[in-house]
Amino acid sequence: MSLVDLWVYLSGGPLLWLTTTLIAYVAADAIFVAVGRRPLANPVLIAILMVSAVLVVTGTPFPAYFAGAQFVHFLLGPATVALAVPLVRYLPQVRRLLVPMVTALVVGSVTAIVSAVVLARTLGLDASTARALAPKSATTPIAMGTAEAIGADPALTAVLVILTGIVGAIIVTPLMNAIGLKNYAARGFAAGLASHGIGTARAFQVDPLAGTFAGIALGLNGLLTAVLVPILLPFLVK
Amino acid sequence: MLYGFAVLLVCQLLGEAFVRALVLPIPGPVVGMVLLTALMLVRVPLPSELGDVAGGLLKHLSLLFVPAGVGIIQHLGRVGQEGGRILLVLVLSTAVTLAVTAVVFAATARLMGVEAERGDPETEPVEGEP
Repeated sequence: MSLVDLWVYLSGGPLLWLTTTLIAYVAADAIFVAVGRRPLANPVLIAILMVSAVLVVTGTPFPAYFAGAQFVHFLLGPATVALAVPLVRYLPQVRRLLVPMVTALVVGSVTAIVSAVVLARTLGLDASTARALAPKSATTPIAMGTAEAIGADPALTAVLVILTGIVGAIIVTPLMNAIGLKNYAARGFAAGLASHGIGTARAFQVDPLAGTFAGIALGLNGLLTAVLVPILLPFLVK
Repeated sequence: MLYGFAVLLVCQLLGEAFVRALVLPIPGPVVGMVLLTALMLVRVPLPSELGDVAGGLLKHLSLLFVPAGVGIIQHLGRVGQEGGRILLVLVLSTAVTLAVTAVVFAATARLMGVEAERGDPETEPVEGEP
């Protein structure tokens, strides 16, 4: 069997790309640890860039890659359900912090939507881009559904949502340290609200309590964004 | 591990079915999370290793976003000519949202006299900052 035959055989099945995804993540995580867990060395970002480079170099189309990577992608569902476990574990804290949570949820959700659209318009971005930006802090399926409802491009929104997640995961720790905010429930809640699942993943890397509140914020802000964007948008974009 | 994973999948499945049946704009797994929370709160006997399976998945939550992220790279062209300004909007808006949310949360908590300490990394091994 020639190398080409081997490649054709392997690249057609799920094993190669599943393995590539795992190895890229393990390598990205090792880099993250090696540079002293600097937020800029975000393992999600590094792994995405590594895999993308491999796909470009080998000329592999995304659907072929996803045939293998879908097994990892699928686990997002059970992982979301799994957020119930830390939620129940920290329930006494969650109960005591119910009022701060709801207050921060409403203020934060409105801030996420209004700041994105107003900044976009201020910088002279197209109205259609501003619309696609509005639900950027919500988790991908909700954001795409919301984009559809307001006549924005769901695929563009998906890109903006993932970018928002990566940006949030990178800046949350330095930003909170700069403000001098030490309340880890508040830090986690902000990470989940502003940058959904990727922010939640970052919060779980730092502290289990922060991760728990990030998970709650991810769920609640998803719901609130779906409600608020169609209401607020007519006031923001003509 | 098998029983714990089965519980997660059953909750997700029921969540998806619920969302489809009522045509709700919520992801099924989110309803599954609410369902599992309810089951745990009313103390339905669940496999003891559920905690380990959930912990294992959440510890590597970052990994699960890699395939979707790679897909996004393919669509970067959609961002088009406005790329630089869009990135600026994302960074500024996300920073403002993070700061406002965290400050409002912490200020309200202080006003009410409730403080949250860090979670206990001793009982739950998570890769943490030093």
